[in-house]
Amino acid sequence: MNSPVKKKLKVATTSLAGCFGCHMSLLDIDERLFTLLEHIEFDRSPLTDIKEVSPDCDIGIIEGGLCNAENVHVLREFRKHCKILIALGACAVNGGLPAQRNHLPLTTILEEVYHTSPGLANGMIPNDPELPLPLNQVHPIHEVVKIDYSIPGCPPSGDAIWKVLTDLLAGREPTLDHDLMHYD
Amino acid sequence: MTQKFTLDGVLIPFEDGETVMQAATRAGKFIPHLCYHPEFKPHGSCKLCTVKVNGRQAAACTLHVSSGMVVENNTEELNAERRALTQMLFVEGNHFCPSCEKSGNCQLQATAYHLGMMSPHYDHFFPSRPVDASHADFFIDFNRCILCSLCVRASRDVDKKNIFALSGRGIKTHLIVNAASGRLADTDFSLADKAAQVCPVGVILHKRQGFAVPIGERTYDKAAISAQHEPIAEEALK
Repeated sequence: MNSPVKKKLKVATTSLAGCFGCHMSLLDIDERLFTLLEHIEFDRSPLTDIKEVSPDCDIGIIEGGLCNAENVHVLREFRKHCKILIALGACAVNGGLPAQRNHLPLTTILEEVYHTSPGLANGMIPNDPELPLPLNQVHPIHEVVKIDYSIPGCPPSGDAIWKVLTDLLAGREPTLDHDLMHYD
Repeated sequence: MTQKFTLDGVLIPFEDGETVMQAATRAGKFIPHLCYHPEFKPHGSCKLCTVKVNGRQAAACTLHVSSGMVVENNTEELNAERRALTQMLFVEGNHFCPSCEKSGNCQLQATAYHLGMMSPHYDHFFPSRPVDASHADFFIDFNRCILCSLCVRASRDVDKKNIFALSGRGIKTHLIVNAASGRLADTDFSLADKAAQVCPVGVILHKRQGFAVPIGERTYDKAAISAQHEPIAEEALK
């Protein structure tokens, strides 16, 4: 009798206030993607264009921090549906580059971007109800939901992502040695 | 007869008057530290070098060794506490490594790597600390200050200029410039100052010297801080 086929783990990914650089880095695992796909299937992700997270997701990978209300909503959906949540990259881990606006009042930023910058004529601050409202400050994701593992780096290397994912798939506590650990 | 003490189960020789940090460093043993620098009087404030001596915690940089002392250093318990201290330093300031000129040469970052710090864990303060760019040759980026006081000690004890000081108490402690205006431009701070060379993080930065060495090829990119015991002088990096 054939042994039962091992169920593939469902992995969802998203980019919140990020630049998709961490997703590009995920693709940098190159042909190891095929090995990975023997063990996992992608659920909601920019790679699949699936829009909602399945309620039985095993691993959620979050790139980017929280800069608006929609980011917070998506993050909470991921936390609700994923058994393990991973913060991927500097922005998810500590807010990153977007968080460098945090010492400026939001109104000042909107004024400068839409009203007072040179070259703007009759600029107006977008207020379409479809647009998510910006948060006063950008926050890393662990400040809003529980995060199980973090992979630092801007972006983390494909090798670092591979190491953490393979550690998890093997049931080991993920660690990064000196050559894979960097914050820049 | 040589006097010895035990560090992580290994017998280490020491000389009279040496601290645990000095004897360990001489013997090639790494004890994590940020405010300690071999050329200056210890400050004992960052607590990263906390070790267990005969079961009690003490700062390795200020404690004199005595014969037969049993010291624990590289243990999971102590490293977990050091990691928590490091995480607190990260969230109290604004430490954005990807855009910091000091990245890769930064002792705070390298120490965090050494301790396996994967995230800052705590909620960020995101303090507002304007940069002082008034001086012709230096930036002072207060966002990254960890209050190690090395610039304070260097300016006071070596340069005899007393340009920097720590002001305030507790969580409100902050680095100030000793000028009526509070601006570095209104001091006689200069390129030749020892205080211009000792900052372990990216606070005191030389103008017009950005990214001379690419990210990935810097001091602590190449080897872990634990393999490079002496804090590397700025001159050596050029």
